[in-house]
Amino acid sequence: MSFLPDRALDHLRDVTEVPDFSDTRYQLEEEIGRGGMGVVYGAWDTQLERRVALKVMDAGYVINQEAKLLAQLEHPGIAPVYDAGTLPDGRVYYAMRLIQGRRLDEFLRHEPALPARLRLFEKICEAVAFAHNRGVIHCDLKPQNIMVGEFGEVFVVDWGVARAVDAAPLPTAGTPQYMAPEQSSPGRPLDARADIFALGRILRDLMTNPIPRPLAAIARKASAEDPADRFADVQQLAADVGRFLDGLAVMAYRDTVPERLARFWRQNQVLLLLLGTYLAVKLLLYFLAPALK
Amino acid sequence: MNKPVVGLIAGAVLGLIDGATAWFTPAVRSEMEGILMGSSVKGMVVGIICGLIARKVHSTAVGLAAGAAFGLLFAYLVAMMPEPDGTHYYVQIMVPGFVLGALTGFLTQRLGTAPASVRESKA
Repeated sequence: MSFLPDRALDHLRDVTEVPDFSDTRYQLEEEIGRGGMGVVYGAWDTQLERRVALKVMDAGYVINQEAKLLAQLEHPGIAPVYDAGTLPDGRVYYAMRLIQGRRLDEFLRHEPALPARLRLFEKICEAVAFAHNRGVIHCDLKPQNIMVGEFGEVFVVDWGVARAVDAAPLPTAGTPQYMAPEQSSPGRPLDARADIFALGRILRDLMTNPIPRPLAAIARKASAEDPADRFADVQQLAADVGRFLDGLAVMAYRDTVPERLARFWRQNQVLLLLLGTYLAVKLLLYFLAPALK
Repeated sequence: MNKPVVGLIAGAVLGLIDGATAWFTPAVRSEMEGILMGSSVKGMVVGIICGLIARKVHSTAVGLAAGAAFGLLFAYLVAMMPEPDGTHYYVQIMVPGFVLGALTGFLTQRLGTAPASVRESKA
């Protein structure tokens, strides 16, 4: 008995894996990436004459749960779903907006400024907060699942393991480094704070040296082991980051007295200088009064 | 609260404080009532002018400059009036008046609400 060489086997595997879109309006172009539960391809929509992304779910998925969840989430930070269907081999797929940009982890290698990174983070929080408001938690937030577009727009992608709030997590859902402790507890219902844990870890990844203490405290609070110690919702986390960007005191960190004084000085420099000048002038005139007579 | 009102209040308060410091000059202690009144009115006038400017021009630098200029001007007008013994206190009145005018101008820029048309044009 002879065996096929490895190269032949690999070729056969590739050929059988590539989905057959010949009966649809899409022309497959290239594989873009592999996410949770499926493969993403770039494709050409012959009907609307535009490029789209096609996510083909792995065999065994009969209900396009991800597409249904995404279809409910209409937000600038979440790629819209255009279409969904079933291939001849039974695999389900959906078409969505093709995002031109870079993954967050790649983007960060070229964007050193902390304020710009934090503004990106605020946009990530907006998209996630919107999903939470619709009762959906992502469950796999990480830099690789965040895309930054050509004009600085942010997209949260790969909702393959997203769940409704209070639903039990999928057994192998999430990425260990960004996974909240409760995600790996079987049967324990999840809430939005699981995503907040991941956002805290992402915030930590965004930080540049030297790490400001208030910002480190925000990240620590967001990714606390106990959900009760984290921010109650994403809006609070985003608000604290916003306060940090504005030079204000943050909820997660108690300033020392010198830090409070330094902040007061930064926010009121002109006023304090004018008052100081007035006092100095008055004192000078008081002591120079005999000379001025 | 609109900006001229902010200027009025800030100018009155700062003028009152500035007038009160005259107590440290024994020669004019007997004139304290007049000094307090005059200083407050001077402050209010400068404050209203700065507030009117702040309604039209949103710029800290302009506020500071206008406040300092009008503060100096009105302080000069007050200092021109001699004391009963004929003494003039140009330096003692004009220099603090200059600084407080700048402070009033700054406060009218930072505080108070601009008119709707200015807010819309900024948007």
